Order: sequence, then structure tokens, then C-alpha cells
Amino acid sequence: MKEKNILLAHGAGGKLSHDIVTKLFLPFLENELLSALDDSAVIPIERSRLAFTTDSYVVKPLFFPGGDIGRLSICGTVNDLAMVGARPLGISASFILEEGLSMEILERVLSSIKNAAMEADVMVVAGDTKVVEHGAAEGLFITTSGVGIVLEGVDIKSSRATPGDVIIISGSIGDHEIGILLARGEFSLKGEIKSDCAPLNNLVQKMLKECPEIHVMRDPTRGGLGTVLWEIANASDVGVVVDEEKIIVSEEVRGVCDLLGFDPYYLANEGKLVAFVPREDAERVLEVMKTDPLGRESVIIGKVVDENRRKVLLKTHIGGHRILEPLSSVQFPRIC
Amino acid sequence: MAASEDVTLLTFGDLMRVPGTYSSLSQERAMGRDIRVITSPLDALEVAVREPERRIIFFGVGFETTSPAIAAAVKEAKTRGISNFYLISSQRLIPPAMKALLSSGNVKIDGFILPGHVSVIIGREPYSFISSEFSLTGVITGFEALDILEGIYMLLCQYNEGRSEIEIQYKRAVRKEGNPLALKIMNEVFKPVSARWRGLGMIPESGIVLREELKEMDAAEVFNVPYEDRPDPPGCLCGEILQGFKSPPECPLFGTRCVPQDPVGPCMVSSEGSCAAFYKYGG
Repeated sequence: MKEKNILLAHGAGGKLSHDIVTKLFLPFLENELLSALDDSAVIPIERSRLAFTTDSYVVKPLFFPGGDIGRLSICGTVNDLAMVGARPLGISASFILEEGLSMEILERVLSSIKNAAMEADVMVVAGDTKVVEHGAAEGLFITTSGVGIVLEGVDIKSSRATPGDVIIISGSIGDHEIGILLARGEFSLKGEIKSDCAPLNNLVQKMLKECPEIHVMRDPTRGGLGTVLWEIANASDVGVVVDEEKIIVSEEVRGVCDLLGFDPYYLANEGKLVAFVPREDAERVLEVMKTDPLGRESVIIGKVVDENRRKVLLKTHIGGHRILEPLSSVQFPRIC
Repeated sequence: MAASEDVTLLTFGDLMRVPGTYSSLSQERAMGRDIRVITSPLDALEVAVREPERRIIFFGVGFETTSPAIAAAVKEAKTRGISNFYLISSQRLIPPAMKALLSSGNVKIDGFILPGHVSVIIGREPYSFISSEFSLTGVITGFEALDILEGIYMLLCQYNEGRSEIEIQYKRAVRKEGNPLALKIMNEVFKPVSARWRGLGMIPESGIVLREELKEMDAAEVFNVPYEDRPDPPGCLCGEILQGFKSPPECPLFGTRCVPQDPVGPCMVSSEGSCAAFYKYGG
């Protein structure tokens, strides 16, 4: 690690996040379950497999169009379980509360947690609260962990992408990060872009019922679609080609991106998934995804190839190919 | 400057990653300095009004594209009597640098794709030396893929027909006289000075700083920060690469000591820099 201190970019889900995990955390904590670096660890127990994951939520502002920190803390962890094909069993939630936080805010967050958990059909079965001095946290931080049972016959992991696989995404990209950005009121921009924050486990259940053979599934959160595709291409030692014209970016998101110099392929999403599906099953999986409210805009965006291994190529609308690398830093708004 | 407790440094996002001699703004922010990213110089004024107990320094960088907005913020601060607003002026002008480049002799350039957004401000006239003194061609071009294609096509037409003129491809934004209002305010607030360019050295009249009567807002004066004119980092060939003498892989630092995640020279900092592009697509 070259950096002597933690930078915001270490938490942005891109190259520096990848580096701090592989070069600092893994050397200390490495084991075969952790090293897969999938969204959940899959632990074999007797004849079944337990999925286990954890995630912390520090979003600012606490409430934003389309969600809030409570909803996010349930959806994020449920989705991490869903991405290895697990049915969520139970979730724990730990709260770090800043002295002075209003009870009303906490109540709103808890009510939102309750609703999201009902939506995902999962229970919060354990919890903890700690209070820190004013200034030692910003309002409230939440850490959730979750366990789930991996469905029988399902084996989803980032290293299983195979040449010929078809890549499907469940809808538009960038809504969450741009929604948050606008809610922060920075850059004097106003707009009503809603975060896509949603639990994807029901959609995933339908997909796996149709095709238990799905090779890879990831939710492109921090680091965005570009980083997730790069991670899969590397974990599976394959090439990935996606088509710019197929990937949906809403007018509003595109407008903000143009203005601030953001690249939509690196924006966080909280209610979208990317699936790598065997070619012969792709159309059927796509059809079943479209029957779910969270997958209505599902679309095939590309395929896995044997050449250009460990690279992600984006076919652009003028017919060139752009290389998508992992997000190298935090995306700062740019002026030119 | 940001090391003082009561100072807030405001900057465009581009600058957060740019390596300084010892550190970068990202790293300094991680150490607790109050450094914030804004998108418009006028936002800096608003911060100064909102937080009168702090001294607000705006790090004004850029070319003619951004200078009028910076000038407008300075003028507004003066008019409204905002006394906690300061400017670091590190702005550069394009035509003097092009003139210096061409005057150095030994250049292998046939024509220029001229910058669209700079030209929105300055218009066509400031480039006329390219054709009149050096008999070369230039086309003021927009930034979309089709703009660039048309710009190249127009350059090739001139080349084939043996013409050397400054033409405008980016007609939907650029008028030949530029933006007189923007030029006027720039001229009221700033005066040209010699300035150093990474890799190119000192170029006369290629930078702009606040005029004498506005120097109470000049952060360099007020904060009295010693300025050292440092040479480029040893080994860095950005200058030769910018002038077309060398290609990125010929630089000993390229791809080893100098990579996009940890750039040494300016050509590696942003994705459109020649070294960054070569690093990504060259192999």
C-alpha cells in the first residue's frame, strides 16, 4: 500500500477499495471462504450451504428520495445474500448513534427497516446499539449482517463466467448515486431522481427457479457496473463485451453526468443486478425477470468472450471500443 | 494555506488528485484540512458569505473557458464588500503557449484541432498567427465524436487544397469575435504575466493574475506563501510528449513509476492526457 492514510477513495468501491482488501485485509485474514470475495461467503454445513455477509451503512443524508439509511441497510444485506443464490433467513442490525440524535429520526429509520424487511420477507433477529459522543459519528451508522440458505443445485460465484454466457442487467444504472448526490444539495443542482434501493431476493428466486444454472450474479453497488464487470472478468479469466446502446441510463442521470463529468458506468446502484447466464437459458431468464416489478426493464447488454481476457470492452455508439477499468478513485465533478 | 485552522480551500474537482510536490489535496483533506469541491466560482462567494468567520480561498485554475467566471466572482466580491474571499490564480492562456510551441522551431505539426470551449470566449482572432506567421492550419472543433471527425476532415481539406486558415467547425457555440462581455470582465480583473507550464517552461504573457487594485484578494500576497519555482520531476518527459517529440512508452517512468492511480506528470493525470490514454489503449 503506497498511501500512508485512509482516503475517501478507499471506500469508493473502485481500485483503491480493491487494493486495501487484497493487500491489507486479506494478508491478515485470508481463508478460502473469504478469499472468493463474493457478495456473501458460502459455508458448507452438513448437506446444505449457509450464506453469510455483513455491510455497514454511513450514507449522507440519512433520508433521500427513494429510500433512507434504514431501507438501505436491509436491502444491501439482503441483496448480498441473494447474489449467491441464498434465501435470507435472518438479519442482525447494529446501530452507532450520535449523542443528540432526535428520537423522531430514529423512529422513522426503524419504521423503514420494518417495511423493507417485510418487503424482503426477512426478520431482524439480533441487534445492538452504541452511543458515541457528539461529533464522533454523523447522526447514525448502521451495520447489518445476514445469513441465508443457498438454494439446492445453485452455484453462483464471480469466478464462473464462461465464454458464451449472456449478460443481463435488471434495469437502468446510476439512479441511486445521482439521487443521493442531488439530495445532498451540493453543486446547486435540483432534481427528482429517486434511488433504486430495493430488495432483489424475490426477483432472484424467480430467476433461479427458471434457471438454477446461472453462473454469476452481482449487484453493482459502489464502483458501479464498470467495476463489477471488471471484477468478474478477472475472477473468471474471461473477456467481457457490453453494448453502450443497450445499457439504460435515464435522461436525468445522463444530464447530471454530462454536467459534472461523471461516468454512469461507475455510479452506485442499490436495486439492480447483473447476471451471467448460459446462452441457451438467456431468453427464458430475461422473460421471467421482466415479470417482476424490479426487473421490468431487464435487458441483455453483452456477452462473455474467450479473447481479451481480464478486460471489459464497451462497444460505443460510434462503433469504437472503450476499455472499462475499475473506478480508479472517487468520481469528482470535473470542469472540463 | 489550508493548514491554518480558519481557512477553507475551495477547488474544482479536477485538482483533488493532482500530485503536488509533497502531497495532494485528497491526501490533505484526509488529514483534516477543510478542502471542498465546488463547480462554480460563484459558489465560492456564497460559502464566504455563509461562513464569515472563515477565510475562504478559491483555487482558481483553468484556461480562458473558466477565467471569465472567476473574474465575475472576484468582481462581485469587490462590489459586495466580501472581505474573507481570496483567490489563488493559476490560470493559463492558450494562444501564447501555442505561439511558444511553434516558435521553438523543430516542431512536426501540420495543423491544430483548436479547443472549442476556450474559443467560445476568445473567438478566432487570437489564433490568426498560426496561419499568418507559420502558414499552418487550424480548426476550432467541438468535443463530440462527430465534431472531431468533421474537424479532422476540415483540416485535411485545407491541407489538400494548400490553404492555411483558421476555420470554425464548432459553429453552434463559437462566434468569430468570441464573447466580448466575458473578455471585458477578464481584462478588468486580470493582467497577463509570464507563467510556467509543466514540460514547456516559462512562457511570456501566458498566465493571468489579479490586477494591482485587487491585490487584497490575492491569496499569494495575503498569505505570503513562499513560491518556489521547481523543475519538473526527474525523468518525466511530459514536455517532449506534449510537443510530439517522444511518445509515452519512451518515458522511463511510463507504466512503472507513473501510472493513472499514481501519476507523476500531467499527461497521466486525467483520462484524456496522452500518457493516460496510451497506458489504457496502447498495449
